[in-house]
Formats: sequence, structure tokens, C-alpha cells
Amino acid sequence: MSEKNNIIIDIEHLSKSFGDHQVLKDISLYIRKGEFVTLLGPSGCGKTTLLRMIAGFLQPDEGKIMMEWDSRNGKTEFRDVAGIPPHQRPLNTVFQRYALFPHLDVYDNIAFGLKLQGVPKDEIDTRVRKVLKLVSMSDYEDRDVESLSGGQQQRVAIARAIVNKPKVLLLDEPLAALDLKMRQDMQIELKEMHQKLGITFIYVTHDQSEALTLSDTVVVMNEGKIQQIGTPIDIYNEPVNSFVADFIGESNILNGTMIQDRKVNFIGHDFDCVDEGFGENVPVDVVIRPEDVYLGYELEGAQFSGKVNSCVFKGVHYEMYVETDSGNELQIQDYDAFEPGRTVQMLIHPDDIQVMKKERVENVIDCTVIDDTHIEMFGEEFECAPIGKEGTSAKAHIQFSKVDLMDHEEEGNASGEVWFILYKGNHYHLTVKTESGEHLYVDTNDIWDKGDLVGIKILPEDITVEIDDEQEK
Amino acid sequence: MKKTLAQAYIWLLLVLLYAPIVFIAIFSFTEARTLGNWTGFSFELYKNIFSGGVNGGAGLMAAIKNTLIIAFIAAAVSTLLGTVSAIGIFNLKGRKKKTIQFLNNIPMINPDVITGVSLFLLFVFLHFSQGYLTVILAHISFCTPYVVLSVMPKLGQMNPNIYEAALDLGATPAQALRKVLIPQLRPGMVSGFILAFTMSLDDFAVTFFTRGTIGLETLSTYIYADARKGGLTPELRPLMTLIFTIILVLLIIMNVRQARSDKKKR
Repeated sequence: MSEKNNIIIDIEHLSKSFGDHQVLKDISLYIRKGEFVTLLGPSGCGKTTLLRMIAGFLQPDEGKIMMEWDSRNGKTEFRDVAGIPPHQRPLNTVFQRYALFPHLDVYDNIAFGLKLQGVPKDEIDTRVRKVLKLVSMSDYEDRDVESLSGGQQQRVAIARAIVNKPKVLLLDEPLAALDLKMRQDMQIELKEMHQKLGITFIYVTHDQSEALTLSDTVVVMNEGKIQQIGTPIDIYNEPVNSFVADFIGESNILNGTMIQDRKVNFIGHDFDCVDEGFGENVPVDVVIRPEDVYLGYELEGAQFSGKVNSCVFKGVHYEMYVETDSGNELQIQDYDAFEPGRTVQMLIHPDDIQVMKKERVENVIDCTVIDDTHIEMFGEEFECAPIGKEGTSAKAHIQFSKVDLMDHEEEGNASGEVWFILYKGNHYHLTVKTESGEHLYVDTNDIWDKGDLVGIKILPEDITVEIDDEQEK
Repeated sequence: MKKTLAQAYIWLLLVLLYAPIVFIAIFSFTEARTLGNWTGFSFELYKNIFSGGVNGGAGLMAAIKNTLIIAFIAAAVSTLLGTVSAIGIFNLKGRKKKTIQFLNNIPMINPDVITGVSLFLLFVFLHFSQGYLTVILAHISFCTPYVVLSVMPKLGQMNPNIYEAALDLGATPAQALRKVLIPQLRPGMVSGFILAFTMSLDDFAVTFFTRGTIGLETLSTYIYADARKGGLTPELRPLMTLIFTIILVLLIIMNVRQARSDKKKR
């Protein structure tokens, strides 16, 4: 608890479902005073839902949100904000697409909150002018908000929120509707504003570069769960799992084996690394950033070699795809170009190798036993290897590479949609979401696109069924 | 050649549409008792309306007054009900929303006679004594769907976060409704009100079945009775001309204002 000081918001075991769909699963997170925290994740990961719960527009199903609170007697306490409506919470929001009031001019939009609080007129005047200056919109007070450009409307929206001096400012993808150049300028301004105001910012975005640029702390979310919390540098250099590694920046994610402490094998070679404590001969995922592979036609201390497949100029650097001697493809960035077709030598420094525990080594799926050689999983019937045991509820074990995906949904026993694709150097690791909503992981050499509808076929001998223990008793 | 024909077609259509009104308007400036006789130009009929010297006069004035009062109350109440319902329907989701929108559309396509007779039966069944109140209730019931229909698009155009933005800035739900939602919906509410007002103004069938036997007359029922008694009272000609002119002027003002505010936004 000692490190948990200076906290302004503490979120404990928060869960939320819409109908059958669980959007947030057991979220715990604390936010320090004055911090710039970004909730980062792909669309549908629950980040906006979390923000809306902090703002008070949604109520959690489980768990609680604790917030620093100025009580009437002037004391500052920490309280659970469940049931407190949004208009009583000490925070303000900058909405996606601004949500300015079109019937009011710039001045009245910004003064809206202050007027409701009954702030005296001359104080409203000074405060509105001050924030207008802060967002560089001083000459615009009488303008109709709909006559402003996107960037200007965004500034008014920010001014309207911060004029109320909230303890926390919530920003819901505030820059998503702006063009690239404008977005980059506003990022710098937001960062400056944050430093000047000293208010805690909670920022929601799906743009990883925005998150890395702006934040003190990044919270990476996926499928309603927090994947990793850390500084931008931590998140980039030491992703905890393949999702984070893939989502943040570009990366090579490869299957490997931790041979012993500080020694890992991948792409057919042993490498020194700095990771410890995984055990011996444990399968792991290895992340190598493209800029961390050193290339040369003749390279001193080279660890392995390969053939350049392609080389494209990207402005500051060249991006190359190199096929290694073991048949893995690596994405490599270098300031020098290497000719396609030539053989190159490569080297990776130990501290540039990020080793991650594998989240899973095979599919384990809840199923129901029909008879000795048939089970029901994903809501469909599958033939399996003889079970040889009594029981109804069981778990089916299926190796990633033993799942066949079919072009036509009808060809398989069950069907699903390609949900997430991870390239692992020499094969693809797919997440297929079945029609029943379960996840099935597949290793394949075939190329699929995200969103493809596929049939799922698994040979009976590749399905090993294990009866749940509790039933045997 | 083709162009001339097309032009001629349009003009013929417009003449056919407006001839009856122009006809009434022209003959409002002559004193002849029978429509179609021209006995020289005169403002006499207009004078009669404003001085109350109409043949069978008091009845017509009372009918005009009733019509306006009923139309005003019905339009005001249905604007309120319709706006609230529109907000409610807008916030529904999926099939429920579609069903309710469909149910809202039925009264509008339902023939007036059926609406009138069914309301009549309902009032009889409930032992409601029919008169002013039942006519107003009936008018509210058939005007409200039109208000819902004219407010809905405004809700669709609105930024969905605007209400939440108001709450977020410290407004209570009631304040957010008054200070943010209503001003946004006002154009839809105004056109809904006008629509409801005119629907009520010229309704005959529903009024006829729900006014009971206390002798309540609105303009439409008065004219109907009057025409059956033997020829239209001549003063109805200037009256209709006036009503038409007022509506025309209102329409022009609304259009001009709309055009101006559109320009301002650009």
C-alpha cells in the first residue's frame, strides 16, 4: 500500500455486461493525482465503457470506483461514487465529436457549467477569457460554434471542460476526427496544457502512437481486460504478452523455448538474453522489435544469416523482410538499404530480446460428452478420440496446428470468424471466434484476413477429451 | 417544342390546383348572394365579418372562436406529448423502436371517419358526456403522431453526446432537458405545432362524431350545416380568403427564416 499514495481514483474489480456480452472483466486500476493516463486498445475493448463509468453515465455491475471527494465541511475524503449522478461528480469530459451546444455561441458554451453553479457574472467573464486564451481562441467568443473548424471546435470543447476546474479531465478519443497534421499539433498542445493545469487527465484512444506520445502511464486493454499497465517505455520495450507486443509499434513475435535462465532458443538458434525465472525448456513467445536486429553483409559477431526478400524506403529508415536460414521471416528496420536477393548476417543484443510467457500452449475447450466418441462443443457435434470414461462435462484439448479452417462455413463441423491475426515469422497464429462466441486458436500457413468467415474442421484423433474431475466423485 | 409542352403541363396543373381558391377570392369582393354572380366590386362582405353583421352572424363568430381555441389547445398539448414521446421512442432500441414507430404511423394513415367513429364509441362506452372536452381530446389524439414525426428527425440530427455533455457540466436531468435538448428540438416542435394546429383547424370528420349533441360548432361543421341549409353564407367567401392569405403569409415567413438561418450557418 505504501506506493499507493497520492491517488485520486481507485478502481477495484469492476465488471460490466451489456446483455450477454461482458464488456469489462474484473478491472482494477489506480490513478495518481496529476497523472496523464491513457486507456489504449482496439475498438470494442471496453475502454470507452470504463471512461463512461468513471464519468457516471454507466453504473458498474460489480466492483467499485473510489474517488477523491471534497465534502461540505471542507475535508477531502475518499469515497465510493456508486449511485452519484454525473452532474455531481468532480470531473468533466471532452467528448468524441465535441458535443458542443449548437444553439449557443463559443462564450455561452464555455460559460454553461459556471452559470449552472451560479458563479458571479464578472468571475465567469474572467474565467472564460482565461481559458479561451489558454486554448488560443481569444477572438472567437461571439462565434457560432457550427461555423468553426474541427480543430477549433475541439479547442472550445476542451475549454468548456477545464473552465470548471475539474479534479480529473476525461477525454474520449478527442482527436479522432481531426486530420493527421492537426492531430499532431493538438497532441503537443494537450501535453502542454496538462503540464500547465496540473489536472489529472484520463485519455481514451485506439491510436498507439498517440498513447506513447502523451501519457505518463498507458493502460493497454483488450477484450474487456487490462493487458498491461506501465510507462510508454515499459510498454514498448517489455510487452507482457503477444497482444501488447503486436498492438504497440511493430514487432516480430516468434515461438521460442527458454532453455535455461538467460538462454533462449528461437528461429533455430540459441541466444543469450536477460530474462530469468521461466524454468528450463519452457515454450515462450519472443518479441524482437524491427529496429533491434543488426544487419550487415559481413557482420562481426553475427549470430545467424538470411536472405533479403524485400527492401522499401520508409522516410527515415528502410524496411526489409529477411528470410532466415531456418525459414522464418523477420521484419527489420535499418538506416542502410540491403539489396533483395543478397545474403546478410544478423545480430541481436541480449537486452533487445523480450521473452514472454506463453498465454496458452493448446486449446482447452469446455464441452459436453454425447457418447464415447462424440462431444458437443461450440454448440455443434464433433467426433473425438475414444474417451473411455463416464461423465458429461469435459474439456477438449486440441493443438493449435490440428485445426483445419475451410473457405466455406458449411464444410466444417462448426463455423466462426477470423478475429485476430498474429504473424509468427513462419506461420500465422489466428484467433477464431466461433458462432457460440468462444475463442479457438489456430496455427496455419494459409493466409486469412480479419473478418473472414470460416468452417472449422478437426480430425477425431486430434481431439483429446478429459472428463472434469468433480463429476467422477 | 418538348420544353413548351412540359411548361404548359406545369401551368395547367397549377391552374387546376389554385383555380378554386382564386375563384373564391375573386368572388369575395362582390355582394352577390349566390356564388358565381358578379354584382360589382365591393368590400361589404369583409366589413360584415368584422362588424359582426353577418346573416346568422353570432353562429359563425362562435364557430370561428371554437375552432381557434380547440386548435390551439390541441396543438399545444400534442406538441408537449409528441416531443416527450419522440425522445422516448428515439432512445428505444431495435425491434421495440420499430414497432412503436409503426404504431405511431397508423393513426395518420387511418381514415378520419374511422378515427371519428371509434372515438365516438369509446366516449360512449366510457360514459363521457360529449362536447368541448371530447373534441379536444380527440384532436390531441390524432395530432400527436404528427408532432412525433416532426421531432424525430431533429433528434436524429443531434449529437448523441449533447445531453450527457450537459449532465457532465453540472446540469440536472431537468436542466439539461430545458437548456440543451429543448432548444435543439425547437424547430421540430414549432413545425409540429403548426402541423397539429392546421390538422385540427380543418378537421371535420372527427369533430363531427365527437362533438355530441350540445350544439358545439367549429368552422368546418358550421359550413357543412350552413351549406345544407341552402347555399353558403356569402361572408364565408371573404373568411376563407382571409384564412388562406394568413396561412400563405405564415408559410412564406417560415421559408424565408429557414433560408436565412441556413445561410447564416454556412
